[in-house]
Amino acid sequence: MQNNKHKTHKDPLVYITKRGEMPKLKAMLIKAAVILVGVLFCALVTVLLTSENPLKVFKAMFDGSFGTPRKIWNLLQASAILLGISLAVTPAFKMRFWNTGAEGQVLVGMLASITCMFYIGDSVPSWLLIVISFFASVIAGSVWAGIPGFFKAIWNTNETLFTLMMNYVAAQLVSLLIMFWVPSGSMVLGLVNSEGKNGWFPSILGQKYLLNILIVALLTVVVHIYLKKSKQGYEIAVVGESENTARYIGINVKNVIIRTVIISGALCGVMGWILACGTDHSITSNAVGGNGFTAIMVSWMSKFNPITMIFSSILVCFLQKGAGEIASNLGLNSSVGEVLTGIMILFIVSSEFFVNYQIHFRKNERKETAK
Amino acid sequence: MDFFAKIMAFIAAAIVQGTPLLFGATGEIITEKSGNLNLGIPGIMYIGGISGIIGGYLYEHFSAEPIPLLCVLISLLTSLVGSTFIAFIYSFLTITLKANQNVVGLALTTLGVGLGNFYGGSLLKFFGESGSISLLTTGNAYKTKIPFISDHLGIVGETFFSFGFLVYVAIIIAILSQWFINKTRVGLNLRAVGENPATADAAGINVALYKYVATCVGGAIAGLGGLYFVMDYTTGAWTNNGFGDRGWLAIAIVIFALWKPRSAIFSSYIFGGLYIASVFISGLSGSTKELIKMLPYLVTIIVLVFTSSRKKREHQPPAALGQSYFREER
Repeated sequence: MQNNKHKTHKDPLVYITKRGEMPKLKAMLIKAAVILVGVLFCALVTVLLTSENPLKVFKAMFDGSFGTPRKIWNLLQASAILLGISLAVTPAFKMRFWNTGAEGQVLVGMLASITCMFYIGDSVPSWLLIVISFFASVIAGSVWAGIPGFFKAIWNTNETLFTLMMNYVAAQLVSLLIMFWVPSGSMVLGLVNSEGKNGWFPSILGQKYLLNILIVALLTVVVHIYLKKSKQGYEIAVVGESENTARYIGINVKNVIIRTVIISGALCGVMGWILACGTDHSITSNAVGGNGFTAIMVSWMSKFNPITMIFSSILVCFLQKGAGEIASNLGLNSSVGEVLTGIMILFIVSSEFFVNYQIHFRKNERKETAK
Repeated sequence: MDFFAKIMAFIAAAIVQGTPLLFGATGEIITEKSGNLNLGIPGIMYIGGISGIIGGYLYEHFSAEPIPLLCVLISLLTSLVGSTFIAFIYSFLTITLKANQNVVGLALTTLGVGLGNFYGGSLLKFFGESGSISLLTTGNAYKTKIPFISDHLGIVGETFFSFGFLVYVAIIIAILSQWFINKTRVGLNLRAVGENPATADAAGINVALYKYVATCVGGAIAGLGGLYFVMDYTTGAWTNNGFGDRGWLAIAIVIFALWKPRSAIFSSYIFGGLYIASVFISGLSGSTKELIKMLPYLVTIIVLVFTSSRKKREHQPPAALGQSYFREER
């Protein structure tokens, strides 16, 4: 040790420590700053991709989302669906159960409703059909999530990979049933019950999406209360923080895992029901359109807070709709929306780092000690 | 004899379908061995494909007489750069900024698929052309067969030696990775990082460096899968979403192969075979075809459940898979 002349002790150039609790305001300011940088970066990317005047691009984005009342309704509808699915994945996430299967769980929920509409659409009144579809969707969603949850609880099977695979099983299941239902083999199931609109949500105040939005709003309140105020919500938080602590204070971890995952799946089922009865009235194997994955990111970047999720999902849908508008104005490919969403989420996710950790730079004393 | 020829044709087609999966799976195995669960692999494979297309297009567009060898080299290089760059973003966010791996991975898949489709759909417009991308010179260069063996060995040559070079590269990379992970000191260190980063750190292994390198190299390998698909399989043409869900299938193979690159070779061909089996078996009803397509995922789930119930140590995922490592955390 002593003859080691050449190596003088050096602190690392940069080191990182965990911060204590940060004041909420400061944390929000940091995040807002990062989001701002993200928006500017998105603008830069868009300008580089399209070589248009940035102000014009922003105006086009705004028009794409808020230009006409119909566009506003479409934005609200899209945000409601994304918000609903984000809410659905949140209880499981808070427990650190990485449910990447929301896409499939929503899809089977949707499939269950469509199946009800398809087979018993003529024999029961519309309101009863909607109720039956609801229960069918909830059961389907819970089963689809419950299977991986069960194996996670008993054998600790990796849930991320399990639920991911379940998505594709669900997609194939949908293709399979469409094969049965559409004898022509065209693989396109038209609107189900388009004549009598049996099992379709009624329009409220002349707005066909209003009921969807109201249901999701109700869901937001329920999930918020469930997570913040109920005993079960508390148990979820404890299991998520530390399974050992949970076991120590007498929480039955296995039960909590299975129960929470089933609740998560049931909520996904509800969203499938809304998509089937209130939005699409039909189904394809890609009907959820990646919302199941986007919801995971929305839930995470909102730190599992249902109120924050409202804003996050509107932001994401705004980016997608706005980018779609730019793309169609300039005759470009509509995937700009996905690009911007991806960039934005990466920015927001990385903002966590600056809230949770502190960076220390080495004091500049190297010159004195080195020689 | 006819039946035999059909079987051989099926095997050849399965190998073609399995090759992109094999690249993706090998890349993901190397990544996961370092403890990073990179769900961005499907996006990275799109990026690998489109950056190859961009490189090839720029060269073909700006040179009067494109030389096939240069076509291959340039597109290969741009593809590697593109996919490594995306993998580097993943590494930076998850390793240095300690962001959640699942979220970053999914966001990168969204981004990668979006970028792929964006450039695939708009590249020609930037250069004032219309129609869809088709790089025949580059595509055909990738499809060049091994000169002598492919047409002098009869049916064996046709079945096993009539592919473009990337098919063999995929096999070689998988075998080399198997050797590297199990037989070299660096590979052993890599596994230590994936199993227990704190212990590895205490033993003097640079955890962050290992994770960075493994993730970037894994991403580069996976990107080759996308490149193979667009250059060889579709002969230099891009169709939006043409690559489909193959990236997720590659992640399924990682499980099916129990995190062993060598097993990934045959697993990929089996999955590739299942992917196209419905085309080769005549007289199937439409619904049976859909059931066959479901099979790879179902089988993967069964393998996942089965291995987790047996708790055999060498069949488990790396113990620290999906977790960020922070030295000061207990």
